[in-house]
Amino acid sequence: MTSPLLGGRREMPNEFRRRLGFALALAVALFGLTFVRLWHLQVSSGDEYRSLSEHNRIRLKRVRATRGTIFDRNGDIIVDNRPSFDLVLVPEDAHDVPAVIAALTRLLGPEVGDLSATVAAARNRPAFEDVVLVRDLDWERIVKIETHQFELPGVSVQVGPRRTYPFGQMAAHLLGYVGEVSPQEREQRRGYHLGDLIGKAGAERYWEEYLRGVDGGQQVEVDAVGRKLRVLSEVDETPGNGLVLTIDRDLQQTAEAAMSDHDGAVVVLDVRTGAILAMVSRPAFDPNVFARGIRLAEWKALVDDKKRPLNSKAVQGTYPPGSTYKVVMAAAALEEGVITPFTTIFCGGGLFFGNRTFRCWRSQGHGSVNVHEALVRSCDVFFYQVGQRLGVDTIAEYSHRFGLGAATGIALEHESGGIIPSSAWKRQRFGEPWYPGETLSIAIGQGYVTTTPLQMASVMATIANGGIVYRPKFVKRVERTDGTTVLEEQPEVVRDAGFKKSTLLQIRDALSDVVNSKRGTGSNARLPGIEVGGKTGTAQASRAGGDKTSQKKWSREKRDHAWFIAFAPVESPEIALAVLAEHSGEHGGTAAAPIARKVLARYFGIPDGDEAALQRTAGFVPLHDQYGAAISLAALREPYSGDDHDHDR
Amino acid sequence: MRQFDRRLAYHFDWLLLVLTLLIIGGGLATIFSASEARVHTGFVHNPLVMRQALYAGVGLLGMGAIVLLDYRRLERYAYVVYAATLLLVLVVPFVGSVGGGARRWINLGPISIQPSEMIKVSLVIALARYFHRSRATGDVRFIDVIPAFVLLAVPSALILAQPDLGTVGILAIVAFSVLFCAGLRIRVFVMLAAVAALAVPLLWGHLKPYQQQRVQTFLSPEMDPLGAGYHVIQSKIAIGSGELWGKGFLRGTQNKLNFIPEQHTDFIFSVFAEEWGFAGAFVLLGLYAALVLRGLMVAYRAKDRFGALLTFGVVAIVFWQVVINVGMTSGILPVVGITLPFFSYGGSSLTTMMVAVGLMINVNMRRFLF
Repeated sequence: MTSPLLGGRREMPNEFRRRLGFALALAVALFGLTFVRLWHLQVSSGDEYRSLSEHNRIRLKRVRATRGTIFDRNGDIIVDNRPSFDLVLVPEDAHDVPAVIAALTRLLGPEVGDLSATVAAARNRPAFEDVVLVRDLDWERIVKIETHQFELPGVSVQVGPRRTYPFGQMAAHLLGYVGEVSPQEREQRRGYHLGDLIGKAGAERYWEEYLRGVDGGQQVEVDAVGRKLRVLSEVDETPGNGLVLTIDRDLQQTAEAAMSDHDGAVVVLDVRTGAILAMVSRPAFDPNVFARGIRLAEWKALVDDKKRPLNSKAVQGTYPPGSTYKVVMAAAALEEGVITPFTTIFCGGGLFFGNRTFRCWRSQGHGSVNVHEALVRSCDVFFYQVGQRLGVDTIAEYSHRFGLGAATGIALEHESGGIIPSSAWKRQRFGEPWYPGETLSIAIGQGYVTTTPLQMASVMATIANGGIVYRPKFVKRVERTDGTTVLEEQPEVVRDAGFKKSTLLQIRDALSDVVNSKRGTGSNARLPGIEVGGKTGTAQASRAGGDKTSQKKWSREKRDHAWFIAFAPVESPEIALAVLAEHSGEHGGTAAAPIARKVLARYFGIPDGDEAALQRTAGFVPLHDQYGAAISLAALREPYSGDDHDHDR
Repeated sequence: MRQFDRRLAYHFDWLLLVLTLLIIGGGLATIFSASEARVHTGFVHNPLVMRQALYAGVGLLGMGAIVLLDYRRLERYAYVVYAATLLLVLVVPFVGSVGGGARRWINLGPISIQPSEMIKVSLVIALARYFHRSRATGDVRFIDVIPAFVLLAVPSALILAQPDLGTVGILAIVAFSVLFCAGLRIRVFVMLAAVAALAVPLLWGHLKPYQQQRVQTFLSPEMDPLGAGYHVIQSKIAIGSGELWGKGFLRGTQNKLNFIPEQHTDFIFSVFAEEWGFAGAFVLLGLYAALVLRGLMVAYRAKDRFGALLTFGVVAIVFWQVVINVGMTSGILPVVGITLPFFSYGGSSLTTMMVAVGLMINVNMRRFLF
């Protein structure tokens, strides 16, 4: 076929010509079919379509998917949906929109707001799409609309699901809230329509994809004033998946109540999994306000409030840990070997260093104390000395091992990591070298050190569970409406801090005495029948020292924070918690420890003397019995020590 | 070819050029009608019209340039052209901008280019080159198909990820058209078609509902999966209500009231048919048919395999896009994101297709040169 005379030129084989003929036939046939189709549409049934286009009466009604329910760990509903009756306008059907709006305003009264502004805001959308004028109409107004239907073309009342938080402010920061999707969000994520709800914060936001569901819809034929005549076709909505949290509603409510009028946070963790059993942040907000559409004044009030009710103090608030940090210091010192359990240091009420005296909180001093005594009585001088021996960078290294100075990675927005200073950090931040005197402040959890309540709860859990740092999680399972599981969250080990068993036992022993011995600072957390271990902390928020009685007169921002971190039972720990009473101006032992006691009492089912709590706990099975046997310290350590051997080889 | 041969000017195919320009002109008028109801700017200030006109100008320059170059020279560099376009497609995920939920465009300041439009023509060039040199041409066995399949599969995989299933569909159907024309054994052709026909429903059945929905959204990313059926109804109402003579230019009510989705791109035919009726649609499709038939004639008369297959491939691109687009707007084919060539708004598509017409003219006028 290819002639050598013609060089590289290759002619088409004859087969090609035949196939071109076939292609030609196919092209003619398909063009012909297209003409037939167009003839059918435009000429044969053209007048039908003409009349359809003149009174275009086919509408698409979206049926919003019901958002997934949120349950606590026992299956109790904590976030739900209820029907809401919304006033909807289809501008195309209204014909004379200003007249209809005027009639509506006359009928419903001025309380419903400026309806014409709502319509004007939807100007750029196709005229046949719904505009929601008023959400959640009351019964009286619904009746008015229904009876005046004929004077209100294009207006209808539609039923849709409305998010509701039956417990109001309870766990508001963890649950988050929903709101109308913003233009930016619509650009970033597909499939959202104007007016759709989207999770804006907390679990509602993080688990949006699961909670949301899939909208359904109906193609309906409507009459001249937009009323539904018949449904042409329908796609069912798929409700969102349910979210089962690790939160225990009873415990959460107990913790909320225990905070009474304190600001601050409570975090309760299961030390064996890192699961969050309760998380409180005060002051809080009511997510229901967002679900109905927050008003500008309400929003401004929340944002301008100096106590920052929208921020979760448990994960976003950073505070100097004060004496609770001595737990970290003690672990570092024992691990590094700069002290032994028997090393004693004399406390005379202060330590002269550089050109100033660093005082112990107890001005008459503690005398000669070892690490056990120093923790129990919270001796500052002992830890000043320990801090000097360790140096700032070693302190930083151990703090990092506990997970301090970095976000825990909880699935909530804007988590703070706190600050763990080191000499490198200071050089980078301030361009200055580290001064040895600063190490002393660090040693008692003051100075540059800041932590979140969640981090301190995790420190306590790590001491209690044998040195494992878990990622804190608050979701247990995602399930479909029929109860089948979509996703099961597993405990996630961030790291094994690698502490010696002896170190942990030493500290646990001391922390028990903080609560249970006469000399201890945390006796307010003592519980009958359950051995609680803990550590108090009183963190200065301002430079000025001063006794606690005079602080009551100070402005709020200058008052001390009260801390208490605890775990229980000491022998086989199950739960750990951190309580922070922000700017309470009181000691950790007096302000925070009683809160911890109430939470622990509820968990272990022990009446704590409080009348109301006695009634609440009556007849309840103690929670710790429901969660199964505790894992002993030894059992938890086993698999990890095995790993260590591998590394040694 | 240092000196321009005067015979070339003599054999220049004015018909192809005129047909193309007529269709483009109709497109400009319809783009204007589709957008005027919302922008109220008048013809000369309408941003879409002006951009499209500018792209048409660029396309005309590209057409002129490609006509001057001997297409046999292109044969030598076919794979280079293919690889260069492929590179553009490859960088889209990294530098591309998102529109309608898919990442398809490369932003270059005031303009953005869509490499997936260019790869259609580049693929045809590469396939033509492959079969030009292939010993098997005229009697293509299964084994000879494999390199062609690779040429198709690489850009397809990249474009699927954008995601843009419509373009992948066109690539596949155009590649099969070229294969058929190159002389693929009928038995192999039937076998491949059967495998494809069997595999699709089989695969579909194995997909989970949410995966099926994802594929459906792939097919029409610009549309709500729920609303798609609704849009087809509205598009049919638009076309049908045009009746025999149409509602008149700028007087389409379906268009004005925003009932038609994607008025200036995928559904532009509905806007046109509403305003110009069956008569207008007949003329427009007549122009396309003339373009296709003329193209087939050029392929028939071409003096070498490369020219013939190249021309045939370009004709296939135009033909299938027209048939599928009109089919989907008139409600006989599912809605896939495929535009009407030369007519829909879109710079990359317009300029590339104009250059492709330039290739056909090129092949046609050089048929006497050797």
